[in-house]
Amino acid sequence: MQVSYYPGCSLEGTAADYAASIAAVAPLVGVELVELEDWNCCGASAAHSINHELAVALPGRNLALARQRGLDVVVPCALCFNRLKAAEKEEAQGGREAARRVKIWDLLDFLTQETFLTQVSRRLAKPLTGLKAVAFYGCLSARPPQITDKQDWENPTAMDRLLEALGAEALDWSYKTDCCGAGLAVARPDIIDTLVGRLYERALAAGAECFVVSCQMCQANLDLTQSRISEKAGKRYYLPVLYFTELLGLALGHPEAAGWLARHLVDPRPLLTAKGLW
Amino acid sequence: MDRLTTGELIPATALPARLLAHFSVPPSVCYQCRKCSAGCPLTFAMDLLPDTVIRLALLGQEETLLRCRTIWVCASCVTCTTRCPNGIDIAGVMDWLKEEALRRGVEGPQPEVATFHRYFLDSIRKGGGRLSETALMQRYTLFQLRRRPNLKELLRQLKLGWELFRRRRLRLFGPPALKGRQEIRAIFQKAGA
Ligand code: SF4
Ligand code: SF4
Ligand code: SF4
Repeated sequence: MQVSYYPGCSLEGTAADYAASIAAVAPLVGVELVELEDWNCCGASAAHSINHELAVALPGRNLALARQRGLDVVVPCALCFNRLKAAEKEEAQGGREAARRVKIWDLLDFLTQETFLTQVSRRLAKPLTGLKAVAFYGCLSARPPQITDKQDWENPTAMDRLLEALGAEALDWSYKTDCCGAGLAVARPDIIDTLVGRLYERALAAGAECFVVSCQMCQANLDLTQSRISEKAGKRYYLPVLYFTELLGLALGHPEAAGWLARHLVDPRPLLTAKGLW
Repeated sequence: MDRLTTGELIPATALPARLLAHFSVPPSVCYQCRKCSAGCPLTFAMDLLPDTVIRLALLGQEETLLRCRTIWVCASCVTCTTRCPNGIDIAGVMDWLKEEALRRGVEGPQPEVATFHRYFLDSIRKGGGRLSETALMQRYTLFQLRRRPNLKELLRQLKLGWELFRRRRLRLFGPPALKGRQEIRAIFQKAGA
């Protein structure tokens, strides 16, 4: 099955690990990702915060490219997904209905469709037995439903269902869609320390050994900051932050999984070794 | 943090008129249930609660709103907008106020956030359509150093850069040249950015 793929800027840079795991995992479930030719940055928080016109026009160009190509478009970054959807809604509101419609998918939703989940659970090379994880969905893949068209924005379950299919234990917790504050990570790191510190504590209280995420900003914000937050709090947090695609690759026995995991700052390998998953 | 309240205020009308026109659900339908503030994860860093922002906007209190910290520390998590029983886009109002503050050249209490956003957009424009994370971080780090030299913070940044670099996660060259770069330039020009 062919779909358009909009990686977004950080997957070309700091989230190269996420990009690698996505590229490796998609073919395993029979998906061919065709990178949207000549795509541009969606403008992210910067555009929607200080220039509304850009915040619609930049993703608008990508939407036009996707329509030209005529394939549904899959987006790994929660913010890019949200901006593309917002541009689509704003067009529709302005009465500019597109002649050719393509569906904009959040990568997590796309890869956890029933047909893929069934395929995956049948082909597990290494079930993730004994791994206790909390799924962290973040803000923008789900909210606001008027933009995202999601049904389960307060309690999404796609990642939990995937984890169960992979044999891991997806723990229940109330902070699935809480904000990690990624947009302020650079300008107000002190705020991140509070928000993310709270997520660590809540994850531990739920009995988690790691986070599983589907957004590279959430990943960076929970992972790159962990040593700083530990230092400030006088604690030694060890909570690896894994992409769901990495776990998918690991469970399906992809030979390159070790390479992706080695690129995180909080090294997940000791945890996986202790669980006999390595 | 000390918070302002609506208190004894004299309503003004210019700002509310423009604000109401911008949103499909006019913020004037707010009945002050404060659900937006109850669910907001950032209130600990705010000087005005989100429901107060809506109230003050309707009362036309431009001076207070355009100078407040709240609009800049709002993380755009959109919990408020999602949960408002009246469908008011509170997060959108925050964005609208940020843009208005910059348009009027109001110097707010949180210039770091505005600067970061501005550099971010500059970087897309200069890069011809895609962001260069490395260039953005270099420029922002220099800005911070000039304002408030902090050796410990600089070392932390450099160490992080190194950690990413050795994991092949830092891109040293700019983004690829896009075929649509003229089109992108036109988009930026039209938007005045
Ligand atoms: S959780 Fe954090 S990174 Fe993820 S979408 Fe929300 S603000 Fe962005
Ligand atoms: S949730 Fe909506 S109606 Fe309630 S106070 Fe906030 S803006 Fe007003
Ligand atoms: S969008 Fe801003 S104001 Fe609304 S809940 Fe999130 S942080 Fe609070």
